Parts: sequence; C-alpha cells; structure tokens
Amino acid sequence: MEKRVTFKGIWLPILLVLPQIVITAVFFFYPAGQAVWQSLFIPDPFGLSMQWVGLGNFEYLFSDPYYRASFVTTAVFSILVTVVSMGVALYLALLADRLIKGAGAYRTLLIWPYAVAPAVAGVLWLFMFNTRVGVVSWYLGVLGYDWNHVLNEGEAMGLVVVSSAWGRISYNFLFFLAGLQAIPKSVIEAAAIDGAHFWTRFRTIVFPLLSPTTFFLLVVNIIYAFFETFGVIHTITSGGPQQATTILVYKVFSDGFVGQDLGSSAAQSVVLLFLVSILTVVQFKFIERRVHY
Amino acid sequence: MAERNGMVEKRGAGLWLTHLGLIIGVLFIFFPIWLAFVASTVTQADIVRPPMPLLPGDQFFTNYGRALTSGVNAPVATMLLNSMAMALGIAVGKIAISLLSAFAIVYFRFPLRKLFFWLIFLTLMLPVEVRIVPTYEVIANFGMLNSYQGLILPLIASATATFLFRQFFMTVPDELAEAARVDGAKPMRFFFDILLPMSRTNIAALFVILFIYGWNQYLWPLLITTDPDMNTIVMGIKQMFPSGDDTADWPVIMATSILAMVPPVLVVVGMQRLFVRGLVESEK
Repeated sequence: MEKRVTFKGIWLPILLVLPQIVITAVFFFYPAGQAVWQSLFIPDPFGLSMQWVGLGNFEYLFSDPYYRASFVTTAVFSILVTVVSMGVALYLALLADRLIKGAGAYRTLLIWPYAVAPAVAGVLWLFMFNTRVGVVSWYLGVLGYDWNHVLNEGEAMGLVVVSSAWGRISYNFLFFLAGLQAIPKSVIEAAAIDGAHFWTRFRTIVFPLLSPTTFFLLVVNIIYAFFETFGVIHTITSGGPQQATTILVYKVFSDGFVGQDLGSSAAQSVVLLFLVSILTVVQFKFIERRVHY
Repeated sequence: MAERNGMVEKRGAGLWLTHLGLIIGVLFIFFPIWLAFVASTVTQADIVRPPMPLLPGDQFFTNYGRALTSGVNAPVATMLLNSMAMALGIAVGKIAISLLSAFAIVYFRFPLRKLFFWLIFLTLMLPVEVRIVPTYEVIANFGMLNSYQGLILPLIASATATFLFRQFFMTVPDELAEAARVDGAKPMRFFFDILLPMSRTNIAALFVILFIYGWNQYLWPLLITTDPDMNTIVMGIKQMFPSGDDTADWPVIMATSILAMVPPVLVVVGMQRLFVRGLVESEK
C-alpha cells in the first residue's frame, strides 16, 4: 500500500525518522546484538577478558537440568494461566452478552484488574495467602487445610497462576464480549426457532464463530504469561520453592543479575528471542488469515 | 449495544441467574482489592492476629499519611512522582517519535525508506525482559542509572505506535495532502494543521494504553533504580517487605498498593471508551 500524493524532500523525512532510528538502534538493536554476541563467550572470573566458546554456552545450558526444568515450568505455568483467565473471561462474557441492560455497568467493574500492575496483583494475593496473616490461608486452616506456598511447590504454582490469571481476566473479557456482540443475532435466533437450547447453540454456532478471537487470545495470553508475569513471580515466590516457579524470564534475571553468569544469561536471552520470534510469526500468520476470513 | 430480539433472552429466573453469575464474578475480581483497602485502614495489631477484620477500620488517615510522608525506604509521594514521570515520559515520548516517523514513512519517498520501515518492523513485540542484561550495560555506560532518561528511553524503543499511526495515515484521503500541496503549504504545516488534529482520537487511545504500560513496569525500574528516591511505586512495594523474619508493616504496604492502583484505574475507568478502542486497535 502506497500513498499517491507525497511531499518532496529527502532531508526532512530523514530528520523525522531520526529520533526513532537512533533510540531503536541504541536501546534495541545494539543490546539485542550484544546478547547474541555475548552468548558465544564466557568471561573470566575477573571480567577482564572474554573467551570464545562458540555454542558452548548453549550446550551447557541445555545440559543443565534446572534449565530444562524451567522450560517445563514455563509451559505448565503459561498453559494454566491462559486456560484459567480465558475460561473465566469467556464465562463472564457469555453472561454479560445475555443482558440487554446493565452489560456496560459490569464491563466498567470488570476492567479494573487491567489497570493493576502484575507486581501489585502479586502483593494482593500474597497478602490473602500469607502463611502468618493471610485471611484465606487462615480460613483454610480452620477447615483443616494447612496452606503453605513457601514450602509446597504445587501451592506456590497455584498461587502465581491464579494471581497472574486474575490480572488478565479484564483483557480477555473485553475481547470475548466484543467477539460475541459481533455475532449476528439472526443466526442465533434461527437456531433458537429450530429448538436448539443454550448449550447446543454455544457448541455449534457461538464457539465456532468466536474461534478467531479465541485463537488470537491464546497467542497473546501465552506471550503475556511468558514475559509479563515477572512481577507476580518476583513478589510472591521469587522463583521458589526449589525453583518450582522459575519461568524462563525469571531465570534470565536470576542467572544474569543475581548469579552474575553473563554468558549463560545471554544464551538464555537468545533462546527467548527465538521463542518470541516464533510466537510473533504465528500471530502474524493468524492475523493475515483473519483478514481473509 | 445493538437491539436484541427478546426470543433468545432469558427472563425471570434466568435473568436473575445471569446477574447472580456476573455478581459472583465481580466479587471474585474485587475481593483482593477490597481486602487490601481494609488492611490499609486498620492497625498492624488487627492484621497480625488473624483473621483480620473484613470491614474498614478508622486508621485511614494515619496509614496513608504515614505511607505518603515517610513510607519504609522512601516517601511514597516521591515514588508516585517518579512513576508519573516515567509513565508520562513513555506515553508522550513514544507517541511523539512515532507520529514523526510514521509521517515520514507514509508521506515521503526517500532513500532507505524501505530499510527503515523493516528495521522498525523488526522491533515489534520484543519485550525489554528478553534483552535486559545488555540493555542494562548500555544504560550503565551512559551513566543513566537512577535517572528518568534511563527509566524511559529503553521502553520507547519499539514500533507498535509507529505501525498504528502508519495504518491510520493510510486511511486519510489523498485529497487533503493534494490540497495542501496546491496551496503551497509546507509538509510540516500539513502535519501540524491537518494530520495532527485528525489523529486526536488515536493519540488519546494510545496514550491510555502507554500510560498503563509505563506505570506498571516492574523489572526495568527494579534493575536500574538502586537509589530509593528514584524507585517507582510499583517496584517500591516489594522493597518495603523486610528481609528475614521481621513482620512486614502491612497497613503501610497495603496503603501503598492502593495508591499504586489509583492513577491507572482512574485512567482506565475514566477513559473507558478510548481505552477499549485503543486496546482492540493496538492488538489487531
């Protein structure tokens, strides 16, 4: 797509793109290049010289059982966050879509968590489940359940999943509601005349017509769970217990800044770069398909 | 919302069940926020002897006053100011550079235009989390640790906004640029007098999204602000927890959490229409 009418000049447009090009070059391409470059070296213990190791960092990385475990943790975490937040959001959107009046009021109330930072969401949930003062953990204790996410790996994972999913419900709800409202009512009424009940209509008409929205949200939520949940994990579990909640992004941080293992951290950055590229390609392919849809 | 035929609507009991389901959802969403608010209005003693009360106490002014003026490491008022500078800097900065470069890419033919376009395209969707260590080194070398520039610049180095504006400019009728050219208007005059006013709604919608994005940053400020007086509020909360076995100052921490939510919630709820529009457009 090109504009038919354009202005003359060469220096003016270059001047106009310059701020963006400079900022992107200095703070984006250079660091990304550095990550790739550093992943091929290991620094000596004093940080004075770098030794070329080729793909050594990657070999070392993938032979590290903690790193492989982190892959599994990330997969489990992302899938759970995506399923929980999309499930709850779809349920609420289906209900809101049935209302003639009042859907707008519910929308206003349900978009709040979007504004709450993941790190703040983490603090809120940590407070409720805190082993000493938490209200929910206290009532669980009354019921005879001894909650302790500081020691129990499954409970730690459950808590970071629910906190991350909670913050994401608004976003998914908005997209599902918009998708539902775009479905022509005549189609649904035709099915209703034929005697199809709510679940039959949902299974055979609504859900298939909603599939572009659902697929888009799947990709976007996985990206969210991969990269934007750092704050939740850092505030609630700090990756523990026994690395049970150390997702890949958390490991780049803990190896690079806490452990000071720059070669390994750079190699992990490159692996993440690669994963993001795949997800981006998937998303763009999908968007292209939707345009033709 | 579109007019509905009543046929597929539930009435009577069904309608009440629908409302009930939604109210349960709203309660689930609000419970954590409510509890944080209650905790910010009671005394430390009320909290450390569980279960804490579920209705607000009378310590609202004491706790918020203590948080704002002294906090734990730094006054929360300072952290709010830092967050505001960061969020506004990111929103305004990114919108400004994106408008200019989108204008250049759409309305001019110049050498390397295609190359610039693809360079910018490459930056889509690569979050700062992925390249943190080298980006940190760049900022450290520039001496930008503990500075607003350091907080802002790496987060505006991406092209999502440029893309949005490019898409929008493509839909602006050619006749407008034609007329401006015939009248002998300079390109920048066309940009400021015609294009910019036409982009008002897009700019506002994007502003909401970027403001929230900037306000809610966590990892980046955590790395580069070692001085408590440069902490942003979202990352500052975690710093308020004591290390070791000391009991956290829950009323002040929870008051800070509520304060950290107020500006973005006001923006999202107050500009709901623009927000929903910006969200749907920036993601598609």
